[in-house]
Amino acid sequence: MKESLLEILRCPLDKHELELEDAEYGDDDEEIVSGTLVCTECGERYPIEDGIPNLLPPDMREETPA
Amino acid sequence: MGLKEHRDIGGDVYQPAEDSYLLAEAASERLQARAGSDEQEQPLALEVGTGSGYVAAHVSEETSARVIAADLNPHATREARDKGLESVQADLVSPFADGAFDAVLFNPPYLPTDPENEWDDWMEHALSGGEDGRAVINPFLEAVSRVLAPDGVVYLLVSSLTGVDEVVERAGENGFSAVAVADESFPFETLTVLELFR
Repeated sequence: MKESLLEILRCPLDKHELELEDAEYGDDDEEIVSGTLVCTECGERYPIEDGIPNLLPPDMREETPA
Repeated sequence: MGLKEHRDIGGDVYQPAEDSYLLAEAASERLQARAGSDEQEQPLALEVGTGSGYVAAHVSEETSARVIAADLNPHATREARDKGLESVQADLVSPFADGAFDAVLFNPPYLPTDPENEWDDWMEHALSGGEDGRAVINPFLEAVSRVLAPDGVVYLLVSSLTGVDEVVERAGENGFSAVAVADESFPFETLTVLELFR
């Protein structure tokens, strides 16, 4: 994901801003390929994997169909 | 067009079909017309339930908008990203900022489904709108207003199988006016693209 996407991403639970932690950037430094987005209010953590942030609320993260 | 026919194609991600084409073209045309009258910043659009990313990619190519492609299915977000789209795994509009988008597009799961007949896999999520076909549309209509910019609009694909009047009425309860900006008839359903505005 592009770093500028952070401006419009929020915690799905309480709509507070997210802070980027442990960011790893791609070869051109333009894209975050992995890291964690942490809610500045409730502390919930959302992973970024393969350049895609997973902002599903925690209770939906587990219920992935086969 | 039945659920079964779709399923026979197989796979974990809904692939573009007539509904996708209609939404992609109508939304691109309307968005470009709106952007033309306003020379300000680059418009920001969100596609909810992007699936293969076809609609988002089309809008991204045909308009000046920056398009974010969201889906709850990780196979879909990967497919969208492979198309070069900015993709986010999300439940409807829940992880986006208030007032962020000039346009939100949605080709929802809308086929009415017998509760006895559920598969609980990704393709069912992509197609089934519950018993009345509106199980996903209704919560979307309730939530989408929050993420729209003051003059933001929604492009929503609706089928006659889902009930266009019922969707328009529900949109009205959530503060939206609706106009049909495109429609196309098929043997078993008529597809309509609604533009919702406040």
